[in-house]
Amino acid sequence: MVDNPTPRQLVVVGGGMVARRLVDALRARDTAGQWAVTLLCEEPRAPYDRVALTSYFTGRDPEDLALGGQELWDDPLVTLRRGVAATAVDRRSKTVATSDGRVLPYDSLVLATGSYAAVPPVPGKDLRGAFVYRTIDDVADLRTYVEQLRTELGRPLRGAVVGGGLLGLEAAGALTALDVSTTVVEFAPRLMPLQVDDGGGEALRRLIEALGVSVRTGTATSKVTGRLGRVAGMEFADGDRLEADVVVFAVGVRPRDELAREAGLEVGERGGVVVDESCATSDPSVWAVGEVACIGGRCLGLVAPGYTMAEVVVDRLLGGGGTFPGADLSTKLKLLGVDVASFGDAFASEPGSLEVVISDPVAGVYKKLVVSDDARTLRGGILVGDASAYAALRPMVGRELGGDPAAHLLPEGAAAAPAGDLPEDATVCSCNNVTAGAIRCSVTDGGCTDIAGVKACTRAGTSCGSCLPLVKRLVTTELEKSGVEVSNALCEHFDLSRAQLFDVVRVQGLTTFSEIIDRHGRGRGCDICKPVIGSILASLGTGHILEGERASLQDTNDHVMANLQKDGSYSVVPRIPGGEVTPEGLISIGEVAKDFGLYTKITGGQRIDLFGARIEQLPRIWRRLVDAGFESGHAYGKSLRTVKSCVGSTWCRYGVQDSVGLAIALELRYRGLRSPHKIKLGVSGCARECAEARGKDVGVIATDHGWNVYVGGNGGFTPRHAQLLAEDLDTETLVRTIDRFLMYYVRTADRLQRTAAWVEDHEGGLDAIRAVVLEDSLGIGADLDDAMAGHVDGYEDEWAAALDDPETLRRFGSFVNAPDQPDDTLVYVSERGQPRPATDSERTGGAVLIAGTTLEVRR
Amino acid sequence: MTIETTAPADLGVTWHEVCSLKSLSRERGAAALVEGTQVALFRTFDDHVHAVQQLDPFSGANVMSRGIVGTRGSVPTVASPMYKQVFDLRTGACLDPVGKEPRSLTTYPVHVVDGVVSVGLPGGQGAR
Ligand code: SRM
Ligand SMILES: Cc1cc2nc3c(=O)[nH]c(=O)nc-3n(C[C@H](O)[C@H](O)[C@H](O)COP(=O)(O)OP(=O)(O)OC[C@H]3O[C@@H](n4cnc5c(N)ncnc54)[C@H](O)[C@@H]3O)c2cc1C
Ligand code: SF4
Ligand code: FES
Repeated sequence: MVDNPTPRQLVVVGGGMVARRLVDALRARDTAGQWAVTLLCEEPRAPYDRVALTSYFTGRDPEDLALGGQELWDDPLVTLRRGVAATAVDRRSKTVATSDGRVLPYDSLVLATGSYAAVPPVPGKDLRGAFVYRTIDDVADLRTYVEQLRTELGRPLRGAVVGGGLLGLEAAGALTALDVSTTVVEFAPRLMPLQVDDGGGEALRRLIEALGVSVRTGTATSKVTGRLGRVAGMEFADGDRLEADVVVFAVGVRPRDELAREAGLEVGERGGVVVDESCATSDPSVWAVGEVACIGGRCLGLVAPGYTMAEVVVDRLLGGGGTFPGADLSTKLKLLGVDVASFGDAFASEPGSLEVVISDPVAGVYKKLVVSDDARTLRGGILVGDASAYAALRPMVGRELGGDPAAHLLPEGAAAAPAGDLPEDATVCSCNNVTAGAIRCSVTDGGCTDIAGVKACTRAGTSCGSCLPLVKRLVTTELEKSGVEVSNALCEHFDLSRAQLFDVVRVQGLTTFSEIIDRHGRGRGCDICKPVIGSILASLGTGHILEGERASLQDTNDHVMANLQKDGSYSVVPRIPGGEVTPEGLISIGEVAKDFGLYTKITGGQRIDLFGARIEQLPRIWRRLVDAGFESGHAYGKSLRTVKSCVGSTWCRYGVQDSVGLAIALELRYRGLRSPHKIKLGVSGCARECAEARGKDVGVIATDHGWNVYVGGNGGFTPRHAQLLAEDLDTETLVRTIDRFLMYYVRTADRLQRTAAWVEDHEGGLDAIRAVVLEDSLGIGADLDDAMAGHVDGYEDEWAAALDDPETLRRFGSFVNAPDQPDDTLVYVSERGQPRPATDSERTGGAVLIAGTTLEVRR
Repeated sequence: MTIETTAPADLGVTWHEVCSLKSLSRERGAAALVEGTQVALFRTFDDHVHAVQQLDPFSGANVMSRGIVGTRGSVPTVASPMYKQVFDLRTGACLDPVGKEPRSLTTYPVHVVDGVVSVGLPGGQGAR
């Protein structure tokens, strides 16, 4: 900051998302310190992420909704006044009066007061148990009410949400997360009438009903009925009734323009402070931004246009000439876990538009593109159920699509959009509104030379992180174009990439971290390179992962061979190859869980997870499991996880091969194989594919003649279907093919790169890999085979081996000076008959706690 | 063997013997209970011992001793095992807040005399 003795005074009224963005942008750009800003925040907390409000119900702390860091509020030119409202504006004296009795002078004033949640004027709207859904306090009250009423009535609760738009579905998600069985009541004939058409609304209804939420469309609410002053039900215009213990109104919002009205500023016909394209009100020293601003004749209820307005005002305050470019009301939302996107001219209102629709009620997707009459130019679209094409399509609005429009709606077509060719104004990071152009520019003009620099400079990728792969691709392309060699250095300690390190370690026969870093790196490593080297050494079969110095390389989970949970306890997953388990096996797992007081759950990987084990209990738990014939399931490792199977020909009337038998054989073969990322396999007994093998890194599907093998599939953040590698293989060839595929991947992939991304990045793609694996085009086939044989012969159970080694066991003491003393901050409450970690409020509120420490029964 | 102390001027602290230096592995932490306070001890490659709070300020779990020890430049560091924030072992300063608002660790003075590690807790008559 450059010292400026007399900064001008900016007062911002309203501590919402848009206000925060404005202050943040101002402090970033006003390097000369021209402005000192005071932010008046009526809510008792700093601005938070209202868009993510509903996640408050899925266990997030209100703290997690905070937007960005404390630094902004520590800035000497920023004064944040929480719990203080502006009560009046005097434009003549240029002052604002506040609820704590002060009068603040301003040179410029920004109104960013947002909206009220609207409540329809129906009888009963003020009964206890009727809520709106706008602030953290609203949702906290709702939650407390539901939890108390449920305890009081001793039965499950029913709820209703009035309004089936964006907010209504958010609220329905919140009620559902509170275990309230919910009905959404919408006046219009379909859900989300503003964003989707009838077909999309129908698809959305089916998806939402499948989640257990009831939907009544075309229904007007006439009354909320009560008993003892409390909500008891609803009555509809058609005479129907619905029982409900709690009602949430989500019928829309009303701009909070009262300050502006009283100050004599112009307001819109339907409310909102009227502003011009520079966001100035009828008084040039007063601005309005966000939901309260009436721009181009209307108020905009989305956060992105609000952010744009904030940037425009900052630009103006610093003497620029920025204007609001018009609102893009395109949205992509995840409501109750269902993807909904709507962009451009979604309702085909322009004359001569054609609609291309793909509707698959079975798969639960509805997709529509609106194109010009020659079917070439994209005008808009609606995506329900699968919005993966949104990122690629939205920037194409108003441009020629190329090819058959329908092709863009198929999952493959959507995935194929090459990132390098994204138009300049395509939004790459939707959290921070960063375009492809801005990212390229930060490299070409801004001098950024790596992802970290681009993140710091554009803010892309700093929120949810889901855009990072795309950002990385853009940055790499741009750097390569400008002739910069893109560094593939692992971290500050090694200039080599993982694949290069793997080779030097293998060829030079290095076996310790100290040797490797002395010869090829510098310093003493970090949390990036240490686990990578731990994994390389393990892949090369150099002994137990916790032996000697190697113990210090392992990431959290590997280091104790269990999975760290949020409270610092661990989960334990014994291997259940192919998902096949005997009744005796199930009983022993059950007994271990019972004796140690562990929470049990069936995982998505066809096995059983035992949660809540303390570090010092782990060896005793393993002892019991190992004695009962189990071994480590490596749920913690970057290594083989599970081979999922379907029941196959032994029982199923359609099965053509023994899928369980093969799954078990493969799981036993590859168990313990350390790799760049986790590896999952699946085997299905026929083409019906009940094992979802094509969603795995390696998927095997039985045919009448043998096995088809697919590679490069995964679920997770970017789901990928595996692609066909080879057909109708006999079992021996199949196993050799998988051996080579996996070993080649282990040797050459990047850190944390799953097979799908590796195949995609491999020069020549899948065809080149097929040549290596099946035709031995590189002449390394025998070497890969030997390496896998070495792995299979060298396998030992990590748990059993640790139990035999007193030096390793010593590290499982809870405290070096009190090895059996439990961490007394671990506390649990009972839920559905099992323990779970107590929440902060349960800890402080003294809810019934079961101390994990007293639960265990030793045998 | 006597190893230098990492303690600053150790005024106003009470020293507590915790364990032998041998019982700490190099470049791996260990938790210790010092008069009821959970402390994370780290023995670095060059045999310095550092002590910081065991509570991870970002997750609220007592897990710091289970993080990966390393260096950033010449600074000895530990990365939280939970969300991977990186801290300077000498000062407790947060070097990489991973997108959060930085929070630092409390550090405790340590000295190692004749192979015995002692940790100093604030207050008390001990060294005054
Ligand atoms: C326990 C389990 C959830 C459950 O209760 O069912 C689970 C739990 C975790 N998963 Fe998972 N995943 C589990 C099945 C899955 C599945 C389903 C499957 O395997 O069929 C998937 C999608 C399929 C896939 O992987 O392609 C899945 C995709 C992920 C991902 C995303 C991977 C990706 O490529 O995008 C992560 C994040 C990562 O690994 O970086 C993840 C990470 C995690 C972590 C390790 C997160 C963490 O760091 O704490 C969780 C810890 C496990 C624990 O504490 O024991 N988990 N996870 C499942 C354990 C299966 C098992 O028996 O080993
Ligand atoms: C549950 C939910 C989900 C949403 N999901 C999405 C989504 O997925 N995508 C999307 O784009 N948008 C979404 N929105 C809408 C988005 O949150 C708003 O568009 C955005 O928050 C508007 O920001 P704002 O700063 O204009 O107003 P607000 O965030 O409403 O902030 C205004 C603030 O000003 C304060 N205030 C008002 N008057 C005064 C006064 N006189 N003095 C001091 N302070 C005052 C208020 O208390 C409030 O804190 C969602 C909204 C909700 C409620
Ligand atoms: S995939 Fe085939 S064999 Fe396996 S359960 Fe389904 S129908 Fe049966
Ligand atoms: S899209 Fe969420 S951080 Fe970029």
